[in-house]
Amino acid sequence: MVVAPVATGFYLAAAQNASARCCTLTSGASPNATSIATLYDIILGLGIAVFLSVVSVIVYSVWKFRASKHPVAHQVHGNTRLEIGLTAGATMLLVVIATVTFIMLPSIVNPPNSDASAASVLSASLTSPTPPNGKEITICVMGRQYIWRYTYGAGCNNTAWADRLPYSYQEMVAPAGETVRLVIQSSDVIHSWWIPALGGKVDAVPGYTTYTWFKALHSGETYHGQCAQLCGREHAFMTALVKVVTPTQYAAWLGQQAAGISQQNDQVARIRRYLVGQGILTSSGNF
Amino acid sequence: MSTIEYASRPVPQILVHEVRHPRKTRQWLDWVLTTDHKRIGIMYLVLTFVFFCLGGTEAMMMRSQLAVPNNTLVSGLQYNELLTLHGTTMIFLFVVPVMAGFGNYFVPLMIGARDMAFPRLNALSFWLLLLGGIVFYASIFWHPPQAGWWSYPPLSSIQYSPGGGQDAWIFLIHLTGISSLVGAINFYVTIANMRAPGMTWGRLPLFVWSILIYAILLIIALPVIAAAVTMLLTDRHFGTHWFDPTNQGSPVLWENLFWFFGHPEVYIMILPGFGMISEVLPVFARKPIFGYKAIAASTIVIAFLSTLVWAHHLFTAPMPLVVLGFFMLSSFLIGIPTGVKIFNWTATLWRGSLVMTASMMWAIGFIVLFLIGGITGIFLATFPVDWQLNDTYFVVAHFHYVLMGGAVFTVISGMYYWYPKMTGRMCNERLGKASFWVVFIGFNLTFFVQHALGLSGMPRRIYTYQEGMGWSTYNLISTIGSYIMAVGLLMTLYNFAFSYKTGKIAGPDPWKGNTLEWFTTSPPPVNNFDVIPRVRSVEPMRDIRLEIEARTGKLQKTGGSEQFARV
Repeated sequence: MVVAPVATGFYLAAAQNASARCCTLTSGASPNATSIATLYDIILGLGIAVFLSVVSVIVYSVWKFRASKHPVAHQVHGNTRLEIGLTAGATMLLVVIATVTFIMLPSIVNPPNSDASAASVLSASLTSPTPPNGKEITICVMGRQYIWRYTYGAGCNNTAWADRLPYSYQEMVAPAGETVRLVIQSSDVIHSWWIPALGGKVDAVPGYTTYTWFKALHSGETYHGQCAQLCGREHAFMTALVKVVTPTQYAAWLGQQAAGISQQNDQVARIRRYLVGQGILTSSGNF
Repeated sequence: MSTIEYASRPVPQILVHEVRHPRKTRQWLDWVLTTDHKRIGIMYLVLTFVFFCLGGTEAMMMRSQLAVPNNTLVSGLQYNELLTLHGTTMIFLFVVPVMAGFGNYFVPLMIGARDMAFPRLNALSFWLLLLGGIVFYASIFWHPPQAGWWSYPPLSSIQYSPGGGQDAWIFLIHLTGISSLVGAINFYVTIANMRAPGMTWGRLPLFVWSILIYAILLIIALPVIAAAVTMLLTDRHFGTHWFDPTNQGSPVLWENLFWFFGHPEVYIMILPGFGMISEVLPVFARKPIFGYKAIAASTIVIAFLSTLVWAHHLFTAPMPLVVLGFFMLSSFLIGIPTGVKIFNWTATLWRGSLVMTASMMWAIGFIVLFLIGGITGIFLATFPVDWQLNDTYFVVAHFHYVLMGGAVFTVISGMYYWYPKMTGRMCNERLGKASFWVVFIGFNLTFFVQHALGLSGMPRRIYTYQEGMGWSTYNLISTIGSYIMAVGLLMTLYNFAFSYKTGKIAGPDPWKGNTLEWFTTSPPPVNNFDVIPRVRSVEPMRDIRLEIEARTGKLQKTGGSEQFARV
């Protein structure tokens, strides 16, 4: 009675849009997301087995032991051996899940090396995830109501202004095949950074710096995500896109973005000088 | 009245008197001034069901908004207000106090006491709850709170939530908190001191066990949230910086304090429901509960572990990996005693003689839905998987399976079970069963697809979404399901309202129950029992029926219970 409409719904949703998922997590775009999806699948298998065995006992009981069919109840108070046995069984199941989790954990939290062809820069960080050979791209992610800002470059967390690092809003550009380390912060309330295809979410908590990483495998893809922690009235529109390009295109884009930003900064500076010269603004930039 | 007459009666079945003459005029004064645990219990139940309807209406508005992409039924601000009202209402004004309502009515009856230990304190609990609800709901005429039921700062700070609604929320937490705390102490003292002769801890009904543990958990958890919201209040108005990151405060401190309360709160909401199921199943399976000691012990273990798992709500917050590992394992551990309960309930059905009353159907429906919620809980306890699923609709589905499919189904099952005792009349069984199927189907349509929504990447608490995300069909199904569920719940509420006048007369023991509340009239008189029987097992009422049968040689006929096989 319940299964049919739900199944129809899954079918319709899948037919309507390829990004509608029924029962599994996204995988294949980044190794950490793939590992999480595998872990999920293992738990799903065990969960379905447990569900089916318990529900089949309940359905069988309701069908077989109804008062009309089974008028005399079996007066039993318990069975300690059965009780201990099933408790031990449930414990074993959880031990298995915990063991599998800890076995798979390194592939989720430890970033792999970038591909050999990639030209990553060396970064030295002791507190954040670093691939074995230390080569990675660093992008700072700053959340604020209601947009994400990305600053590109190793010093994005402290020398972004001095180094005139390029930045962008909402859409992140990232190179394929390289390990990208994300340094995540917030400037107002708590946000949560999440691109489902590129791994799990990390909260952006004001006053804290958190880290995550991804290694996008396919260039030409654009991945969607959005803020996952209620951050105010336009929380629903705090979206994020990650556009994956080839390393060459990435280098070109960085140069172009930096040039564009500096050109516009220059333009603002020119206008300000003009306004100050006209006496409209004071020299500190106020009206 | 004379006690000699009682002693000479051969059949010590129902020995109660109305000890006072009811008021003929201004009867409402009896309700306002009452300290009778039964009247207070009824007031709790009526009030909490009113809040349930309010919270449900808010839920329907949210589901209507999400039915189609880019809907403009409500704005982002209004949606945030709705989700805050809905969550806060359902938790603080419905599920927790409704359990106190059942506890108030049935704990003294089940342990053979004549009232709670502190009757006036009991009345205070109720009136504080009402005041909390009024303070909170009054804010809808000004600025309702909008930071969610967990109100994480800085969003709930004065800079980002300047409206008074946040303060109304804080006062709600304080008022309902004092209400629950006072009530919890009352329950503890009552259960510890006022049990019938012979009712040892090993003969305490499982519902009373669950209320005892509920009370202890409230006493452990509530001071923490009281402290936390006071800190939030001083941050907002008196210049402190507990949670203010711009002045060395930490929002993560709030997250820890809140969930140190918040996770025991989850078990505060569900444990009394477990207790009700443990009462309902053996009565309608016509056999003893399977593994009484295991169920009572697992309640204690769940309560202990529930104070050690709070940080599984913070798996995406800044925390060291080793902490995440600890909280994953402790959360797994809590699955074991919960599994023990599900196993014992299932085993209680096995080889029973199942009478499929409305109460029984809601109880069995609860086991199935809670099982699903329990299994999805294991996904969320595995912290790498939680990194993907946290704050998505998968979580919304999970906790509605455990709180709606869990707590609400048990509450309705308990209402159908105890309605004859509270009102003296039977509910309409056919309507109750029909209502069960409508709610069960609507519930699964609403919430099962939300797992898929979460896996498709839809975060919770967004007030609208774009087309082409793969979320539209699921959301539409979910909304249709919620309308179906609402119809089913209205059928049950109609049933409760109209059976009060039109239901069949129940008699003292319509189900052939096992516990002492069935040893008195329906509804019970003010003093509950003139004579309190000696308790010799977990099923004292069954012992009494057996003894009468042995003495009289006649089958006991009480109310409508002839259909039930076991004495």
